[in-house]
Amino acid sequence: MKELMLGNKAFARGLYEAGCCFVSSYPGTPSTEITEEAVKYDEIYCEWAPNEKVAMEAAFGACLAGKRSFCGMKHVGLNVAADPLYTMSYTGVNAGVVIGVADDPGMHSSQNEQDSRHHAIASKVPLLEPSDSAESLEFVKLAYSLSEEFDTPVIVKMCTRVAHSQSVVECGDRITPPAKPYEKNIPKYVMMPGNAIKRHPFVEERTRKLAQWAETAAINRVEKGGSQLGIITSSTCYQYVKEVFGDKVSVLKLGMVNPLPEKLIRDFAASVDRLVVVEELDPIIEAHCRALGLKVEGKELFPMEGEFSQNLLRRVMGVELPAGKAAEENIPGRPPVMCAGCPHRGLFYTLSKNKCTVLGDIGCYTLGAVPPLSAIEMTLCMGASLSAIHGFNIAGEGANEKKTVAVIGDSTFMHSGMTGLANIAYNQSNSTVIILDNSITGMTGHQQNPTTGYNIKGDPAGKIDLEALCKAMGFERVRVVDPYDLKQCDEVLKEELAAEAPSVIISHRPCALLKYVKHNAPLTVNREKCIGCKSCMRIGCPAISIKEGKAHIDNTLCVGCSVCSQLCPVGAFEGGAN
Amino acid sequence: METKNIMIVGVGGQGSLLASKLLGRLLLDAGYDVKVSEVHGMSQRGGSVVTYVRYGDRVFSPVIDKGEADYIVSFELLEAARWMEYLKPDGQIVTNIQQIDPMPVITGAAEYPADLVQKIKDAGVKVDALDCLKLAEEAGSAKAVNIVLMGRLSHYFDLPREAWMAALKAQVPAKFLEMNEKAFALGENA
Repeated sequence: MKELMLGNKAFARGLYEAGCCFVSSYPGTPSTEITEEAVKYDEIYCEWAPNEKVAMEAAFGACLAGKRSFCGMKHVGLNVAADPLYTMSYTGVNAGVVIGVADDPGMHSSQNEQDSRHHAIASKVPLLEPSDSAESLEFVKLAYSLSEEFDTPVIVKMCTRVAHSQSVVECGDRITPPAKPYEKNIPKYVMMPGNAIKRHPFVEERTRKLAQWAETAAINRVEKGGSQLGIITSSTCYQYVKEVFGDKVSVLKLGMVNPLPEKLIRDFAASVDRLVVVEELDPIIEAHCRALGLKVEGKELFPMEGEFSQNLLRRVMGVELPAGKAAEENIPGRPPVMCAGCPHRGLFYTLSKNKCTVLGDIGCYTLGAVPPLSAIEMTLCMGASLSAIHGFNIAGEGANEKKTVAVIGDSTFMHSGMTGLANIAYNQSNSTVIILDNSITGMTGHQQNPTTGYNIKGDPAGKIDLEALCKAMGFERVRVVDPYDLKQCDEVLKEELAAEAPSVIISHRPCALLKYVKHNAPLTVNREKCIGCKSCMRIGCPAISIKEGKAHIDNTLCVGCSVCSQLCPVGAFEGGAN
Repeated sequence: METKNIMIVGVGGQGSLLASKLLGRLLLDAGYDVKVSEVHGMSQRGGSVVTYVRYGDRVFSPVIDKGEADYIVSFELLEAARWMEYLKPDGQIVTNIQQIDPMPVITGAAEYPADLVQKIKDAGVKVDALDCLKLAEEAGSAKAVNIVLMGRLSHYFDLPREAWMAALKAQVPAKFLEMNEKAFALGENA
């Protein structure tokens, strides 16, 4: 039956049909739904790992045990998992391993727009690039065959527009892959120098064989059109090319981008007058063409930055743009904001009020950097807040530590925060660390993590006690605050900044969007009492606005957290917790 | 048939995903090739969000570009104005007149433009504006704004009412079906 399916869901269907039995991933937009959909198949064991490196190594272990396995992550997650990736390229696999990586050109929900294809080339691991949901399903199945035939992990690279677009797929049945019982094989699986030296030539030979396979693979296909213009493309860019040119130009559509074929590309180039490569982000295919000595156009026409679209292609290629309407002028922007009732708000208000220098991390709370809170001054990558505050305080030679804090969420802390915390404990910088424990992985849409006490299916699981963990790591000063209580937050923050020892403050309050969180009735404003001082506006709550000079609460958004009422000098807010 | 384009715009958290699912199902059942492109992640947190629905004999690009939209279905008035330049010259806007202040308006850095429906009309754009929140509440739930809008949108489509009802039935839980059918009818007849 034909079905409209999200790219990531089709990817998960591919895992199911290919007989995948083990999935370990870390959530990250736009990759998260692959694993969230895979867990719906009872035949596949699925888990959220603490980070991508753990996920990939777990998938490796599962393949050794003879099960087809998978790990999924976003592009920056592959940096974290780069360590196992580069050496799994040497060991190869037992049962097949597929690595799902989702790039985010245009940075809809990311801190950079790096091109994952570089990792495939550098690690010498084959990479497939589907262009829609049907290909996502098919390429995953093909990836397992390639993985086992060529003894290699295989990357299937998604991007936002493939991962988060629905298109039509036809589902098939699940297969039972050939049994691959574990066998002791020290030369293959123990990568110490003597063995690794012998595996490297295997890797090079494998790449040559895969490049040969790519010459005639059905997923690398020529679609014959006119001979004046030939376009080489892959992934979602193929869709833009077809949208603009239809069958009028010749297209070489590449399903495998690493390794790239030589003869297929040379023959295609020879068949057209003008050769253009259309690819988002970096010139990977283009560089290959240039290395072959071909006359090709690419990044001198197209940007390295951002997403492509049909209009971008039209503009660059001199095709007429559709006539549109002029935009309305003076439309205020609508940037994302912390939700009404977000537990991070009270904490960030406290940091802002105390004029702290805040080194931030990756999560919903990164929104603590936007007005009016404007509290966070640095965000780099997962876990960097805790490592950076240590350097900032040591290098500051006493000038920074009394006003600087690091903030990190519970899931990010589990992902990459513990090593930074260990460094503070070990090398003893007088750092103040705040763990924003909202009891969930928020930004990616509520995934469980090792601190929540539940597994990916929502069943009870092991639970790491943050307070006990920090104490065990050597922190004598560990405090817990409720971020809805501004007075308590302020007092504890001042005490811990003043203390002559490293400390951890755990700001504990579950995400207001969690189903089990009970909300208070919306507050109301007593317009007689309100003096229109706008004190309540300093917290940037989307439920509060000023209407006719007085505070107004949107009762469809307000969850009665009462943070605003703690700021009101005249007690104009009524109802709620206080 | 040339590919047709519907944009669903609104504020993160307003429920546009259900609308796009309903349209996807409706158009697939009507025999078209369909693509739907969604937004997940950070921009969902109260930001401006857009979903693209495209259908035709063969759909390639999953996104809709400036000047390509046949319809813009908007959950919020400011968002209708924001995305207006994506409309074809003869395109149609169907919008909720609900106004949700964005943060720059809340903080006083900007003002919510006045008389937006009139301004859109003055720009020569066909706009069908209705109070979906009121109708949704009348149907029994403020959350049914999306279905009220779908009811209104159905006016502009040459598809039998039963097809819309079948798609609705396939996308909403059985216990909310009656309420949603009412919301659809209220939008349809508004």
